Amino acid sequence: MEEAARRVISVIVINEASVLSRITDLFSGRGYNITSLTVAPIPESRYSRLTIVTSGSVRVMEQITKQLHKLIPVLKVIEHADLVEKEMALVKFPITENLSDISALCSAYNGNIVNVSEEVIIAMVADEPKRVDYFLAAVKRFHPKEIVRSGAVALER
Amino acid sequence: MQISGAQMVIEALIAENVDTIFGYPGGAIMNVYDEIYKQNSFKHILARHEQAAVHAAEGYAKASGKVGVAMITSGPGFTNAVTGLADAYMDSVPMVVISGQVPMSLIGTDAFQEIDAVGISRSCTKHNYLVTDAADLARILKEAFYIARTGRPGPVHVDIPKDVTAQIATFDYSKPVELETYKPNVNGNLRQIKKAMEAIAEAKRPLFYLGGGIINANAGEEIRKLVQMTGIPAVETLMARGTLRFDDPLLISMLGMHGSYAANMAMSETDLVIGLGARFDDRVTGKLSEFAKNAKVIHVDIDPASISKLVNADFPIVGDLKNVATSMIEIAKTTVDKERYTPWLETVANFNRLHPLSYKEDTVELKPQWVIQRVGELLGDDANISTDVGQHQMWTAQFYPFSRPRQWITSGGLGTMGFGFPAAMGVKVADPSRVSINFTGDGSILMNVQELMTTVEYKLPVINIILNNNYLGMVRQWQTLFYNKRHSSTDLSVQPDFVKLAEAFGGIGYRVSTKEEFDAALKDAVEKNVVAFIDVKVHRLENVMPMVPSGGSLFNMMLEYKEK
Repeated sequence: MEEAARRVISVIVINEASVLSRITDLFSGRGYNITSLTVAPIPESRYSRLTIVTSGSVRVMEQITKQLHKLIPVLKVIEHADLVEKEMALVKFPITENLSDISALCSAYNGNIVNVSEEVIIAMVADEPKRVDYFLAAVKRFHPKEIVRSGAVALER
Repeated sequence: MQISGAQMVIEALIAENVDTIFGYPGGAIMNVYDEIYKQNSFKHILARHEQAAVHAAEGYAKASGKVGVAMITSGPGFTNAVTGLADAYMDSVPMVVISGQVPMSLIGTDAFQEIDAVGISRSCTKHNYLVTDAADLARILKEAFYIARTGRPGPVHVDIPKDVTAQIATFDYSKPVELETYKPNVNGNLRQIKKAMEAIAEAKRPLFYLGGGIINANAGEEIRKLVQMTGIPAVETLMARGTLRFDDPLLISMLGMHGSYAANMAMSETDLVIGLGARFDDRVTGKLSEFAKNAKVIHVDIDPASISKLVNADFPIVGDLKNVATSMIEIAKTTVDKERYTPWLETVANFNRLHPLSYKEDTVELKPQWVIQRVGELLGDDANISTDVGQHQMWTAQFYPFSRPRQWITSGGLGTMGFGFPAAMGVKVADPSRVSINFTGDGSILMNVQELMTTVEYKLPVINIILNNNYLGMVRQWQTLFYNKRHSSTDLSVQPDFVKLAEAFGGIGYRVSTKEEFDAALKDAVEKNVVAFIDVKVHRLENVMPMVPSGGSLFNMMLEYKEK
């Protein structure tokens, strides 16, 4: 058997009711993985763009692409080979942690502190998903209270 | 034109030239039923269960090639219909199913008879719609019919809330369908077709692998011509029966789990599989890694997702089979030399001589295979043949002499017991001049037996031939072979009196256990032209053979099983 590798696909769909469930039902019904999924309308159009991070062999990916194409509201499926990929993460720290250390770490990962309240510090980074992993590993020592990742978005180079 | 949503449904059905719909009314769909009452353009047949209404629409669609239409209410009406939708989806049956829904204001409140119908049907339809504005109805219904019949056909479900059927809006059905995201490729890449034809010309042991897509594409005539002019032998899937005439010397038989020895051996020995509208289903291929191991594969299908899904295609061709076959015929005229395959035909003939499809006659009890062959002798081409699911279905596929596409109506992909009787009813509506036979089992027939009432009421004389072995025979066979004869919940010794049952509904019943009795009963039922049950006592422990055990290699067939 061929290795299941991480893949990123973008799907352009007509922005109509239940189109997202059509896609997610297809993945769950046919036993495909979704690692992350983001969706938002494409400005000034009747379409939405989904970015799906999944994993599978070449054969499985071919099936996923074809099955997606079969859905009536799907306009285009792009299997990315050469892509720019970014993901955002927000992390909440206790106010007792060192603000400037966190800030310095954030700037190394294309991020910054976005909110400081009486109780917490919230930091944001936007970088390649792999680098977001590194960032999240690095900030462990600041005792993060809550972490949220956006899922990846991608554009073909 | 300013009309109500309910009137729009009627107008759309008329515009689509629908002559018959099958359905069952209820609260949420009442506005539409009120309009059905007022019109005379098409006939409504009241089934006695929503599942049967949908199977009847399937039978109608399969026999006629037209889009079948069923209508049901919300909640349980819809959930009862789901099996029919799933069945049609698996077998690519063109169908539009219209369901009522609770009013828009009540959606999401767990209202009476509310269920998320489009949520349920999403995974078992080609497409579905929840109509939220009557102004969209003309477009949606037109799209529904278009999507159902084009590309790889399939069922489309349209869910209409009750207030939308009451809403008045503009109706214009003349606008052509514009679907930017749905454009099936019908022509097939000519360069790919040429390459495939070169492979055929170079092959030594090519084999046509004919599937149900041929029937859907109405390409039977072209395929017969292609097979005949190339002189290449052919095997058929369950869904393709009738593509070639039963007596065509190039037709080997059905292949797969209960395929003939020759068909399965030919598939194992071929050096070029020419797959036409078939989808390499697990019941056909057996163990995938051993399937047609030394062969290149040509795969023609209208659905790109079917190609290289299970078996890698060396020559993938996406297109409508009628068009592709026409191109193939044109090219074959100059490239294919029939003589080339003579040694291969000899090999195939040897397989046939070695283990022909057969069964052993019994001096005391009727054999189910005999009954099927006998109906073939007596009615042949004059009958359309539906079946339920199980042993009787496989025997019918093996032993009935099919002579044309659309003669054979069965539930293949989903394997739905209870399909046969309502489907045979739909077949009778579509093709009234022919006898409509339903071969069934004593298990299957009880799963939609209430259709006795519908067929009697509408004078749709379906002849149900119950091959009665007092068992859920196919499961019993597996238990015998693979579960050490532990016949768990498959003994159907306790049975209704099928003769009285038919009579109770106003049909006619026969109980037969000899050849003479059977002949007399069938003759009488055909002559009287009434709804009939022929309860045929057959050998209890007959097995369907050959058999490729599930997951086994196609060439490892069990040819017979001796009861110890």
